[in-house]
Formats: sequence, C-alpha cells, structure tokens
Amino acid sequence: MKFSVIIDALPHLLGAAVTTVWISLLGVMLGQVIGVLVCVARQSGSRAADMAGGVYVSFFRGVPLLIQLLLIYYMLPLIGIDVPPLVAAIGALSLASGAYVSEIYRGALNGVPHGQSEAALALGFPAPTIWTRILLPQAFRISVPALVNELILLLKASSLISVVGVAELTRTSQTISASNYRPLEIYLAAGLIYLAINGALAAFGALVERRLQQG
Amino acid sequence: MPAMTETETKPRLDPAVPMVSVRGVGKSFGANVVLRDIDLTVNKSEVVCLIGPSGSGKSTLLRCINFLEVYDRGEIRIEGKLVGYTEAAPRRQLSNRELRDLRRNVGMVFQQFNLWPHMTALENVAEALIQVRGMDKAAAVAHARRMLDRVGLAEKADSYPARLSGGQQQRVAIARVIAMEPHLILFDEPTSALDPELVGEVLQVMRDLAADGMTMVVVTHEMGFAANVADKVAFLDRGRIAAFGPPREVFHESGEPRLKQFLQTYHERNSF
Repeated sequence: MKFSVIIDALPHLLGAAVTTVWISLLGVMLGQVIGVLVCVARQSGSRAADMAGGVYVSFFRGVPLLIQLLLIYYMLPLIGIDVPPLVAAIGALSLASGAYVSEIYRGALNGVPHGQSEAALALGFPAPTIWTRILLPQAFRISVPALVNELILLLKASSLISVVGVAELTRTSQTISASNYRPLEIYLAAGLIYLAINGALAAFGALVERRLQQG
Repeated sequence: MPAMTETETKPRLDPAVPMVSVRGVGKSFGANVVLRDIDLTVNKSEVVCLIGPSGSGKSTLLRCINFLEVYDRGEIRIEGKLVGYTEAAPRRQLSNRELRDLRRNVGMVFQQFNLWPHMTALENVAEALIQVRGMDKAAAVAHARRMLDRVGLAEKADSYPARLSGGQQQRVAIARVIAMEPHLILFDEPTSALDPELVGEVLQVMRDLAADGMTMVVVTHEMGFAANVADKVAFLDRGRIAAFGPPREVFHESGEPRLKQFLQTYHERNSF
C-alpha cells in the first residue's frame, strides 16, 4: 500500500465524485417527477394509464440497470436518435428510479387514510388540489426513509454508467489505476468516497425526517 | 365575512323550500339493501338526529345527502336542487365540477375528525377558504382565526392535530366546516371516537351552532343530545325510518317495538 498514490489521485477522484453526485441527484429528481406522475396516472382510475404504468414499472424494475443503460445507449441510435453517453446515463437512471419511486408512493398512498381525501372532497376541493395539497405531501412524509434509501441505491448504481464512458467516480478510478497500476489503493479510495457521500446522504435524510415529524 | 360577498351564487333562502328533502331513496351494496324507501324532510334551522342500531343505514343516509355515497333510487334535494344527478330523465350522475358546486353549501363533520396532519389547526381551517373559496391567504388566515376562536381554540391555532386532544381535534374540524359558511352541516357520529370526558365540549359547540340557527343533520348515539337539542328525531332500523317526530314523541310515545328495544338497551348500557 502506498498512500501517496491516493494523495496524488485525490483531486481527480474528488472531481469525478462531484460528477457522480450531480448525475445521481439529477437522476433522482427526474425519477421523482416520473415516479409521481406514473403513480398518480395509475391511481387516476383510467385503465389505459394504469396498464401503461404497470408495463413501465415491470420493465424498469425487472431488467438490470446495466442492460437498460446499454439498450438506451446502443438502440436509440438505430432509430436515428443519437444520445451522448451522459444523456443516456441520466435517462437510464431516471427511468429506473422513477419505476421504484412510483411504487414507493403507491405504498405510501395506501398509508393515507381514506378520510383525508374525503374531508377535502366534502369541502369542495377539486381533484388536482386534493393530490397536491392533501395526498402527495402526506405520501411524501411517509416515503422519506424509502426515498433516501432509493437515493443511496441510485448513487451506488451510478457506477454502472462507467460502461458507456461517463467519467464519474468508478470510470475515473479505472482510468487512473490502468495508468499507475495501483488498483487496490485507487479502488479503496473510491470506495471510501462512496461511503462518505452515502453517509452524508443518510444523515441528511434523518434530518429531513425529523423536521417533517414535528407535525 | 367581508371576502364572501357572493350573494349572486347563493340561492334565495325561500322558507317554503326545505333545506333537505329525501323522497323514496334506496341504496344497495350488491344484494345487500342498506336503504329502503327513505322519506325525510329537514327544514331550515332544524336539527334532525338520526339514531338507530349500527348497520341500520343512518351513516349511509347521511353520506348520500352530500353524495359521498351514491344512492340508487329516489331523490334527494338540498334547497330544491337535486343531489348528484341531472334533473332531466334519464338522469345521469353530475360531473365532479357540478358536485363541487353542490357541496359548497354543505359541511360535513366526521367521526374520525379527518384533520390533515401535515397542517396546523389554523392551516386546516384556512386551506379550503384558499383552495375552494379563492380567498387570499391573509384574509383566509384572519377568518380562520375567528372560527377557531368561535370553537374556543384560538390559542391552539399553531398546534398540529397530533398535539390536540380528540375533543379539540373535532372542534377544529367543526371550525373548518363553519368557516365555509355552509347552509347545512352533516355530522357523522361526531363524538363516537372520543373519550367520554371529551364528548361534552364537542356537544356544546354543536349546541351553540344549533342556537345560532344552523341546519344540522346529526347521526349520533348521544340520546341526551338528541332529546334536548333535536327538533326531530328519526329512528332507523334495517334501512327504514321506523319512527320520526319530535324527540318527546319518539322517545316516550312511540309504540314501535324495535325502537323500544333499542332505547332499552341504551338505558341498560348507560346506567350503573
């Protein structure tokens, strides 16, 4: 073990870690939007929307993320859509995350008593307002632990996007260790960086949970 | 209330038109008939209590009045307006927007309070004023404060429901309803989820409302409230109104055997 190797590589690794973090956050945020829309569509009462949502969820939960990524990266150009690696990566992460998030919200909505929307209905609330003001805020509170979990999983899964050549933490570690022949030190450093980021995310999640619980 | 000068949308309060008129209403859940041929009239400023054994259909009837429950046969009118269906035959169910218009003037208080746990007491009361009445936030909050004051909870405005007792939660729920200035309030067993020592404070608020001339339909197991506050009492049994009239008649002069049995059971359970 030569720790000087780590010190030398650290600026590159940290730079790559920043890429990992923003790609993951973007993936999770888009995943939230997709997840909420899919969840609401599936509960809207439209059979077609429920079926379409069901197909989407079972595909993106059932196919490994690596395969989804490669499919998006190699298949879309075949139908004339040229996707840069970064876009394919973020797209795959968001779509996969959205599938899980929609299921998280579906479970959380079941935890909101029926009387909650009934009270709003009896007061004359329009349906979209019941969703945005009554149901989703409560579903979100219930889901915070699961959503933080999802964020951590996604951040780790983002290492897979190294295969399409996005210079995030895992890809950068591969590149560095291929040039300095010090894989152990470099991957150890990368592992610790992942650990530190996820530790920070978990702490942030706990903070959010506590803030929301005051009600 | 200054922000609600919307006299054009309020129907003329013609005293000849009953607040609620139920004619020949029936409802089934599959093969199970829960309401049979119900007739009931509630005049303006009247308090009508619905009593009866559990499963007799009283909550279902109440929920049909604001169409939270769909009735299959007969008709229900609020201030002359048909509830839930179009006037023209063959009738079809009203759209959500049309139902909202109908529910504007009808408040409902639930057994489980159904306050929104992610909002403070004040926000619970102000929310519908903002979202449904379209009041601006400052006016809605000011009005909501007055309503909380009216139910004696001004000092709990910033508390979340989880920090309130059941009785306080139900009073907030009543404030949330009266803030909308309904013409009619439906109460679905408002004190049944409360510890006995908390029942009185809720009944007192309801008594005050009745004294102010509010029209109320109350599903209740509180026979004392029914006897002292109600103008009329309806006894439901197996989906029918088996007795109806002023409380004195229903409680003391009715020969209906099922009612006698029901009251007998009630007295036995509530005596030492």
